[in-house]
Amino acid sequence: MFDRILPYLLSGISVGGQYALIAVGYTMVYGILRLINFAHGDIFTAAGFFMVYIATALPVQFAIPLVIALTVALGFTVERIAYKPLRSAPRMSVMISAIGVSYLLQNLMWYVTGGLAKQYPTIPWISESITIGSATTKVVTLITPVLTILLVIALVTIIQKTKIGMAMRAVSKDFETAQLMGIKINSVISTTFIIGSLLAAVGSVLYFSNYTSVTPTVGAMPGLKAFVAAVFGGIGSIPGAVIGAFIIGICENIIKALGYTTFSDAFTFALLIVILLFKPTGLFGEKTSEKV
Amino acid sequence: MKKTTKNLINIALLLLMFVGLYFLEQHFGRRSMLITVLKKGAIYALIAVSMNLLNGFTGLFSLGQAGFMLVGAYTYAVLTIPMAKRMAVYQYYDGGIINFTVPTIVGILAAGALAALLAMLIGMPVLRLKSDYLAIATLGFAEIIRAIIQWDTLGPITNGSNLLKTYPTFKSVIPVFAAATICIGVIVLLINSTYGRAFKAIRDDEIAAEAMGINLFHHKQMAFIISSFFAGIGGALLAMYQGSLQANAFKASMTYEILLIVVIGGMGSVTGSVIASFLFIACSEWWLRFLDTETYLFGGTVKLPLLRSGFRMVVFSVVIMIVVLFFRKGIMGEKELWDLFTPKKKKEGIKP
Amino acid sequence: MSRNVLHVENVTMQFGGVVAVNNLSMDINEGEIVALIGPNGAGKTTAFNCVTGVYEPTNGRIDYMGKTIVENYPSGKMKRSYAGENAGLYTKRVVNTPDKITALGIARTFQNIRLFKSQTVFNNVLIAMHMRRTSNVFSATFRLNMKEENQMRQEAMELLKIVGLEGVADELATSLPYGQQRRLEIVRALATHPKLLLLDEPAAGMNPQETEELGAFIKEIKDRFNLTVFMIEHHMNLVMGISDRIYVIDFGKQIAEGTPEEVRDNPAVIAAYLGVDEE
Repeated sequence: MFDRILPYLLSGISVGGQYALIAVGYTMVYGILRLINFAHGDIFTAAGFFMVYIATALPVQFAIPLVIALTVALGFTVERIAYKPLRSAPRMSVMISAIGVSYLLQNLMWYVTGGLAKQYPTIPWISESITIGSATTKVVTLITPVLTILLVIALVTIIQKTKIGMAMRAVSKDFETAQLMGIKINSVISTTFIIGSLLAAVGSVLYFSNYTSVTPTVGAMPGLKAFVAAVFGGIGSIPGAVIGAFIIGICENIIKALGYTTFSDAFTFALLIVILLFKPTGLFGEKTSEKV
Repeated sequence: MKKTTKNLINIALLLLMFVGLYFLEQHFGRRSMLITVLKKGAIYALIAVSMNLLNGFTGLFSLGQAGFMLVGAYTYAVLTIPMAKRMAVYQYYDGGIINFTVPTIVGILAAGALAALLAMLIGMPVLRLKSDYLAIATLGFAEIIRAIIQWDTLGPITNGSNLLKTYPTFKSVIPVFAAATICIGVIVLLINSTYGRAFKAIRDDEIAAEAMGINLFHHKQMAFIISSFFAGIGGALLAMYQGSLQANAFKASMTYEILLIVVIGGMGSVTGSVIASFLFIACSEWWLRFLDTETYLFGGTVKLPLLRSGFRMVVFSVVIMIVVLFFRKGIMGEKELWDLFTPKKKKEGIKP
Repeated sequence: MSRNVLHVENVTMQFGGVVAVNNLSMDINEGEIVALIGPNGAGKTTAFNCVTGVYEPTNGRIDYMGKTIVENYPSGKMKRSYAGENAGLYTKRVVNTPDKITALGIARTFQNIRLFKSQTVFNNVLIAMHMRRTSNVFSATFRLNMKEENQMRQEAMELLKIVGLEGVADELATSLPYGQQRRLEIVRALATHPKLLLLDEPAAGMNPQETEELGAFIKEIKDRFNLTVFMIEHHMNLVMGISDRIYVIDFGKQIAEGTPEEVRDNPAVIAAYLGVDEE
């Protein structure tokens, strides 16, 4: 039994780590702007395509930093063009704008690639196979959780210890007051998008090394799942998002192991609905209420 | 203008529309691009208006529309496939377990009814959630519905992830328009009734609406059920338009597309949704098609840059982003076409 | 002795560690105009929100016309952190949503005007009559309720005439000047046919003349509709001018109660408003 489950467990932990890297981007943006950044999953996909195209021209060790830089630039641009002009608009408008950006990015990627699935380049070492006990897997499966946790620790340290981190915490607590206290809202928000996109780019390298092909809509599902992970953990909480992501990744793969592959996606949403009904603030979220 | 005169004018205009459609169809033929666009546009108009009832008029940001359309489409198809053809359609499931067929109109109504029933069940938990949480929960439910319909175990009913086909469809544009007109008409009547006013009150200010004795949950659920009923009917009509049906097409991106139509038309405007639907379908199916074909000028020597498959959708989504960012009220804002013809003491133009 | 309309008993509202309303008890009798006053942040609006069902009090009971409409006791996490008085006195939990309380006959206005922004003045009043409909969604949609609908429209127009807003019935509610918006909120509340009217700072932002007119208006509608009025107000001229009795609270606790004359001379009230030197 364990032998049969082990490969699924391993890939569950790995996928969980990849979701975690995307989920952090969602949760940080939500924490600050109260916006579900529907385009985040597409930024993740775009990172995949950047790699596909850049790796044809450059060796991998140069390609990866360039991919990360381009993804960060994309995330930054999306924020500046599609969200910044709507700073004082109702939340619904910003959410619609996010959906619009997602639609635009998907169509743009379809146009550039001609709608065909692209082969993801093989990255030396992390794409190699490795055998653990009875399970054969790729190196990337093993390094994902480690890398994820290291990155998240680094991020939490930045948020707790640095000046910009303090500004981020202030803005997420109270947008208006933080602004009145002289915090440069726009640079804080940009930083948030930069960090989120950076982690999504890293997540994308890890994710596609495992799945090997990229299509324009491939990021939508992991994106939504990462969002569910963020809600599950308590939106706005980084450790919450990471724990949520691992739980979802593992559960999903165990469901596949049990032979209910059709429901592995549905499970995530069922989990979302259960958590929203019984603990809408998630595992580590804070409560807010409207003043009458 | 007196009410009776107004009603007469409306009826006359509707009759005129159908007469016009009849001649257009005679002149251009049922398979012409114009008629195809009109068919699909009418169906999308109904679906967009049903979504607007929820998102624009009641202020509930729901993203479950594709799920309810899916339920409607499947209900219709499953119930109306002729007995003789079931064996061929359900080839992997021994002809399925449903051994009766209902008339088309019953199928369409059942499509709405089942979607509404589902909305009632889903609404009980999710309508207690607020704004973006509601959005993501309804989106989640739509995905769950899609997974369930594709589930192998339900194959004898839904045909799993295989194609449903050979159910009755329509050939003329008239029945589509008739169905869409009736449904949209009912929604307009609802919006202008005391219940519609209560919906708008909830949209404007939940707390004040509740303080005025309006039961929030009861009214939200009502809007949700009615919207889903018409989304279900829209789904059935879409299935008829397509001629074959597969659950995989009803993804979240379909909901996004309808939401964008509603936004372009104006949240809270029925005529806006209708106009935007026809524009959207005409652009994507017809007017912007040239953007997808490689074009050579000057006797084939100069290739126009950028034009190739997929460019249409890029241009299209850029236009949508421009509307979303700079013309947030859409084409109509919260106004209706007839508001523009009714003189008012204080004139207020459509502000962008 | 006239009939008791509202009976508030030992109501405490605690948010986390903050006790916003502390063991408050009040009685309002039929036909009275009662004012609730106190410095900013004293818990007046919170008390209103407890009565109207927006908040569920942590402890205490509220009766309306002799029937309990709200009752609660500290439970769950609050059981340990409860900092108010009279814990253990209540053992039942009675919850009513704001719409149910309005249906019983308690209507309110809001401190920060909450009109239906996209709707006309007329529709704002009409919406408040939705509560008393007998039509269901089908009969309303297919216009089988025209008699009721016409009655509602007629009554809404009559109400608007009383406050002199009939001329602007078709304007957007939010396009009215501030004073008229406040009046519209009151008319909208009247459209629910209340017996008890709660006014949350009806004169906020009004100049002395407007305030005086408002006072006369409140008295007029009180007599005309047989209302009992309970209001939060800061304008002392208005409060002293029209109130039968006044409750004064500070830091969530009642510090005085009585007729305007009694309250005016009460040292505790003066101290709360003007502050006292330490020692």
